Amino acid sequence: MTRYTHNFRRPGDTDAPARKPITRRAMIIAGLALLLFSILLLRLWSLQVVTGDEYVAEANDNRTLETRVRAPRGEVLDRDGEVMVGNRSRMAIQLDPTRVPDDPGERRQLFESLAPVVDRPADWIARRYRSEVRDNPPGTFATLVEDSDDETVFYLQENGNRFPQVHVSQEFVRRYPLDTTAAHLLGNVGEADAEDLETRDDLIAGDTLGRAGIEETYDSDLRGEAGTTRLQVDSLGRIKGRLASTSPEPGNSIRLTIDADLQIAGESALRSIGLPGAFVALDTRNGEILGLGSNPTVDPAIFTRPLSEAEAKRLWDEDQGAPMFNRSIAGAYPVGSVYKPITAVAALDAGLIRPDDVIQDNGKITISGQTFTNAGSEPHGPVDLERAMEVSSDVYFYLLGQKMNGTDQLQEWSSQFGIGEPTGIDLTGESSGLLPTPAWRNALYETGDTDRPWAVGDNVQLSIGQGDLQANPLQMAVAYAALGNGGTILKPNLVLQTEDVAGRVLREVEPEAARKIVLDPTHRDQIMDGLNKAAQAPDGTSYQVFGGFPVEVAGKTGTAERPPYGDQSWYVALAPYPDPTIAVAVTVEQGGFGADTAAPVALEILSSYFDETARPVSGGSGNVE
Amino acid sequence: MESSRVPRAAPGRRRTRRSLVDAAGLRFVDGWMLFATLGLAVCSVTVLSVANQEGVAGAPDLFPQRQAIYVLVGIVAMAAIARFDYSRFRDLRTGLYTFLCASIIATFVFGFTSRGSTQSIDLPFFTFQPAELGKLLLVLSLAGFVIDGSKHGSEVGRTLRYLALGLIPTGMVLLQDLGTSLVYAAITLAILIAAGVRWTHLAAIGTAFVALVAVVLVVLPWAGAPLLKDYQQERLTSFVSPSSDPIGAGYQQNQAKVAAGSGGLTGRGDLATQSKLGFLPERHTDFVFAVVAERYGFAGAALVLALFALLFWRALRLMTLSKNLYGTLVAAGIACAILFQVFVSVGMNLGIMPITGIPLPLMSYGGSAVISTFIMVGVLQSIHIQAHAGQRGPWVR
Repeated sequence: MTRYTHNFRRPGDTDAPARKPITRRAMIIAGLALLLFSILLLRLWSLQVVTGDEYVAEANDNRTLETRVRAPRGEVLDRDGEVMVGNRSRMAIQLDPTRVPDDPGERRQLFESLAPVVDRPADWIARRYRSEVRDNPPGTFATLVEDSDDETVFYLQENGNRFPQVHVSQEFVRRYPLDTTAAHLLGNVGEADAEDLETRDDLIAGDTLGRAGIEETYDSDLRGEAGTTRLQVDSLGRIKGRLASTSPEPGNSIRLTIDADLQIAGESALRSIGLPGAFVALDTRNGEILGLGSNPTVDPAIFTRPLSEAEAKRLWDEDQGAPMFNRSIAGAYPVGSVYKPITAVAALDAGLIRPDDVIQDNGKITISGQTFTNAGSEPHGPVDLERAMEVSSDVYFYLLGQKMNGTDQLQEWSSQFGIGEPTGIDLTGESSGLLPTPAWRNALYETGDTDRPWAVGDNVQLSIGQGDLQANPLQMAVAYAALGNGGTILKPNLVLQTEDVAGRVLREVEPEAARKIVLDPTHRDQIMDGLNKAAQAPDGTSYQVFGGFPVEVAGKTGTAERPPYGDQSWYVALAPYPDPTIAVAVTVEQGGFGADTAAPVALEILSSYFDETARPVSGGSGNVE
Repeated sequence: MESSRVPRAAPGRRRTRRSLVDAAGLRFVDGWMLFATLGLAVCSVTVLSVANQEGVAGAPDLFPQRQAIYVLVGIVAMAAIARFDYSRFRDLRTGLYTFLCASIIATFVFGFTSRGSTQSIDLPFFTFQPAELGKLLLVLSLAGFVIDGSKHGSEVGRTLRYLALGLIPTGMVLLQDLGTSLVYAAITLAILIAAGVRWTHLAAIGTAFVALVAVVLVVLPWAGAPLLKDYQQERLTSFVSPSSDPIGAGYQQNQAKVAAGSGGLTGRGDLATQSKLGFLPERHTDFVFAVVAERYGFAGAALVLALFALLFWRALRLMTLSKNLYGTLVAAGIACAILFQVFVSVGMNLGIMPITGIPLPLMSYGGSAVISTFIMVGVLQSIHIQAHAGQRGPWVR
């Protein structure tokens, strides 16, 4: 190809200037071009070859969306398979942010057309949408209504083409077929909070976990395993393909030891009294809890939606009776006369008395200058052990308490019966209660936390379950069960077995190795005899309640002073006498005499258990306390 | 060249061949330039056919098919222009200039709005963007005015006159599309440089430009009277720190960078998720280079740049080759228009230039741009042909 010299001048060139400056300018432009192309090439090299790997990683992150497919939690069944906690699907109404128009006017129009559908003002929808979009991870839907009614859902499904931006999504929430029944022991499920997320690796935001009761203790069984779906998505979040998925594993079901009928009987009896209280029913042979309730109670269904602060506060408000407080295991009360069998066992074991020894009960006794009286100072005359149980003679036990002061025998035996210790039930929030000992009080006195050191009066008070003693119904049921079964301190448990979704048994819960205490069988029989008379002999303290019950019952009333409140009413029963299978403990705050409020609740529980009803009885000595 | 290759023993064959090329009037076509042009067009159709076209439901091959048609139309137009003596345009400068301004005004009147700006006129078969062809019209008319005016007035006056002639259409286009108006400004500047305007004048123009940018981008918005539309301002400023606005204007920049960066040395091929899954916006127009870079890597992207460099070199070469100063100025204007667009568009794809919506010549999808660029190359070929024809004699039109 021919090259032209730069100063070539051709004929006919009317405008031909000197070509030299043009060449120079062309060279300058060429130099600039060289610079620009070099910049592009260098940038290309650095972007692609030097830092390329970073961008590959970024591009890969870009395109996948990992969604967690939550597993439905397992069900909770009673011992007969009745569903106590199930699941129901909840329909949430959501907006797809990628399809909501950006134009404020069009968006406003959408919200206004949605307003009558979800029955909320358009402003509310706009606010809700904004906050959802702000708080949720990108690509997720904005929830307008969490738990929509069927009518709205049907309407939206029928008019889907009018609202392409609206999604109806299904989600599982807890369902409680028996309403408030066993609310305390079942517990509830809540969304994982910041603290949970920090301490547990297996949780991500939005996961739920058991917050109390069975739901909490057996969370790992009930939870199941969330599946994941890794989706390939495009820039608008539209799903382009599935990369890898693991299906969710539904949680296992838990079959409780609870007998729903008995539970309902106990709760309704307690509710009918209208005072705060609690009950426990325990199988004396293996520690299976047949019923466990506390009044007042809560509707566990409220936890399926977010609670307002005021609502949450009300649940623990003492003026409202602290409905969330599970009195059956977390309560700590003086127990009154229901404690007497423990005192009797201790005294008999120490050889301080024989069962036949008779004491003159004049209604009061003075020990170290302090006078202790029977309830209403009523004299019971000459009483032996059986009679002292039957009529609940305080004087008889005051004397035993006095005799055992300084020997620790009463504390020793109390401790053996599990007083002052948690029972180890598979629920959280159990209280230990308090077993007063000289060492405990003297230590407090030394640090100035109490006004006086241990005195004989403390032991005298303890002998009838008064003074500083604190226990809960579960502890009393366990102690009585040991009396009933001849010395086995049971570890109460709530679960029979876990089952998979199909109902196949996965794991049977064996009663845990229980602690044995050595009870003299004769002593035990005589105490049981006294308790049987107390329940069903005409002079017994709860004859009016149990006198007409066709099953033989051994039971003890308790009326504990609990200043500044009114008397704490107690009843603990074993049935059938003499070889019981069930122990029932009931307490009612400010319920007055044990026979008046607590015993009738125990009767309802036993009626349900034995499927028997009590005939009304009249007469009896009218002994109450 | 031709004569040395053809054996003397076969004069008849030689005559046949010559007559074919001569009949087309394309005897002295610049082969390298043609190679670069057609190579880029082939690259364009290839890239458009692999970039995901989710945007066109039911017609995934719409873009490559249409682009191929535009290329064919462009080739015909290029051939037609090439055999025409470009010097004639000099005489038509006033008419071209009037048509340029009128067509830009027409877009205001008849145009329809797309993505926030009015740029095109909807013809029955084709959506025509006058501003694309206007680049060439500006080159052809402004070069004519420069030569025409080189005999009148003082040097400063001449510089100001050329500048004014260039900036009138630039300003009008600015109201429609920022990127295109920058190309107009670059063309104006290139012709001023090629025309031999004093460096002091050029320096003064540069200073004024910088001051103007500062006023438009900083002072006016601050004073509450922004000249640029919001989306324009955002695009121009978000480039400084794209991560500050990862879902707005910075989003595009980031996604383009990720796409280009992830290509590596040899590209991701079918794994090119950024373009396939649509994370890369405007992947058939503004960000077509990032698609090349992601899919074919440094190798493919460098090849495209090499073709542009070849095209530019062949164009710039015509500055010193052309038979008259008009050809020199036209070649400079077209070469710089291509250089500017390539640098800004590729730079934008690589995250070193602001997002201005400038298409990559010949590569980006779009009939107006593709056909206009082919016509520009046709003019360049005409300069080449005319230069050789004038020299070699036998074939003079």
